[in-house]
Amino acid sequence: MPVKLTVTGAAAVAHAMRQINPDVVAAYPITPQTPIVEYYAGFVSDGIVDTVMVPVESEHSAMSAVVGSAASGARTMTATAANGLALMSEIVYIAASYRLPIVMPIVNRALSGPINIHCDHSDAMMVRDSGWIQFFTENHQEAYDFTIMATKLAEKENVLLPVMVNLDGFITSHGVESFEMLDDEVVREFVGSWNPKYSLLNTKNPVTFGPLDLFDYYFEHHRQQEEAMKNAYKELPGVFEEFEKISGRRYDFLDLYKVDDADYIMIVMNSTASTAKYVVDQLREEGHKVGLVKPQVFTPFPKKQFQQVLNGRKGVVVLDRAMSFGKEAPLYSLVKSSLYEVASRPSLGSYIYGLGGRDTTPEMIREAFEDALQGNLSTDEQRYLGLRE
Amino acid sequence: MPSIRDIVGYVETNDWAFTQGHRLCPGCNAPMVANWATLAAKSLGYEPVVGAATGCLEVSSTIYPFTSWNVPYIHNAFENVAATISGAESAYRSLLNRGKIKNDKIKFIAFAGDGGTYDIGLQSLSGAIERGHDFVYILYDNEGYMNTGNQRSGSTPIGADSTTEPVGKAISGKLQLKKSIVDIIAGHEGVYAATAVTSEPWDFIRKMQSALEFKGPAFISILAPCVRFWRIPDDSGPEVTKLAVETKYWPLWEYNMGVYKVTKKPKIFKPVKDYVTKLGRYNKLMKRPDANEILEELQNYVDAKWDRLLALEEITKDKPIRTKI
Repeated sequence: MPVKLTVTGAAAVAHAMRQINPDVVAAYPITPQTPIVEYYAGFVSDGIVDTVMVPVESEHSAMSAVVGSAASGARTMTATAANGLALMSEIVYIAASYRLPIVMPIVNRALSGPINIHCDHSDAMMVRDSGWIQFFTENHQEAYDFTIMATKLAEKENVLLPVMVNLDGFITSHGVESFEMLDDEVVREFVGSWNPKYSLLNTKNPVTFGPLDLFDYYFEHHRQQEEAMKNAYKELPGVFEEFEKISGRRYDFLDLYKVDDADYIMIVMNSTASTAKYVVDQLREEGHKVGLVKPQVFTPFPKKQFQQVLNGRKGVVVLDRAMSFGKEAPLYSLVKSSLYEVASRPSLGSYIYGLGGRDTTPEMIREAFEDALQGNLSTDEQRYLGLRE
Repeated sequence: MPSIRDIVGYVETNDWAFTQGHRLCPGCNAPMVANWATLAAKSLGYEPVVGAATGCLEVSSTIYPFTSWNVPYIHNAFENVAATISGAESAYRSLLNRGKIKNDKIKFIAFAGDGGTYDIGLQSLSGAIERGHDFVYILYDNEGYMNTGNQRSGSTPIGADSTTEPVGKAISGKLQLKKSIVDIIAGHEGVYAATAVTSEPWDFIRKMQSALEFKGPAFISILAPCVRFWRIPDDSGPEVTKLAVETKYWPLWEYNMGVYKVTKKPKIFKPVKDYVTKLGRYNKLMKRPDANEILEELQNYVDAKWDRLLALEEITKDKPIRTKI
């Protein structure tokens, strides 16, 4: 029987990893990811899991070791945040190009500089084009559930791509709340065993991983990565469906909250969606037709789903927890470009919030909604919530 | 140690681990290193799994869709072959523990040049050795970034001409002595470390066997000239490295858990100038007025290092500082 656990988000993710019991975990500590690997090291040390843990000397080596391990046919995981991800980033691209089904929780944190250890999404956005599937999660339950689903999706033969599961630094990773943990056997059966077609340890059928790939093939290989990403998009509904069967929880590319009759829609990722739902409820009580869209899958970007839900609305505000200096904010620019093809385009507004862990209050969320309600949105203007001008 | 008969017998009846079709330069010493290392492992009954850092050996042997490697091979990036092999070796231990694979003959061999070892890859290598992974790391040391065109590395010797520290009117090329990498590796203590040269294949193969049998990290640095940028004739690599040993420039020694051993003690030494002047990369230095001063500095250094090695051999004899990893 599933049990309710009241723990931190980091512990929830560590429990998902414990139930998956990967062959190898290689990681380096970095705030606010550290508790995930600390919990996991505890499980290893107590003999609760028999994973080989590799406590490497840097994140660059963590991702390098993870590539070596996954290429050897071992189910492999790591976790990181912010500057750790930045240090890994060279190998993050390589992992995706080798088509290695690695799962990596990212505890989102502001990317230096200047140094800041609190939550925003600049780390995840830095590697958004690296070829990894990217999930974003609102709370403990989702962080736990998506870690399990990530393993299932990554290892599909027509996908074979690494997956990042994003959860908000401190807010989710260190905040304590309840989540429902599935039975160990149920998770184990859901993820199944991993038997890759090619392994570095198969000396009978030796394979060369990571050759020099010049102008005569590199292009085609990148096209294959794109095809794998398209396959991930096609496989995701099936994964969601299978997960619903074991958990009763239904997921989709987009989490839709009170959007059916909404004229005005806010789009925001991760934990801030909880605050936004509270504000939607308040505004609904006041008679405003507002709703919320929370993307759970960021890469592959669910363009069609966005088009379906946003077509014909009066106003849409997009909240980004990262900046893209000199360009439109990352989530906003993708939503905006999706809407180029819809029949009836809503007016649009771009809002930056919560950088470096700045608190995002219901009043700030309300401010963005009110701009929409008053017809005061400007497609080309980047606005800021909670910023001292 | 495999005999010459074992090795000849092996290559007569089996595929070479590192086979034909690579595009390394004529006269390059790196393919000898790759061949001797993998042949030693194979003829001793091991099944090598190879990792390589970005460098000449890698870009010349795995041009997609071709590969010269008849054994499992992985290249990841420039600075991380040790970390990559750490991961593969950890996966191997895990999958053996869990009964998912049965093959207990696998040995991990990492190849890297001096750039990927002395400089950008030193952290990854140090971490992997400190963690005690069971692998053999082979540095083919050609004393510079030859793959990108003769730039200076931490291994480039004093006075050598390179494109990023050329010998000019004001500056005499590389101003520093090369980093003593094997001492750095020996400083990890729980390790087997050795030097080798391309003029002494049997010394290398014997050390390769010690490295393979060592239960933990092992490291061999082999002086392997780049004929192109050392400005030496294509057929003279081993001849030049022989001189390196005879002039104390490249002593042959090994370190095993704290115990030092000099594996070749020439009776008569030649002056280091004999070695240096064989290499075209010193031609520009020799025309400078301070050439003799630099040669003298190098001579004093190699003499002192040799004396130090003999002293270390004497005081560490039968006194390992560790007995297991």
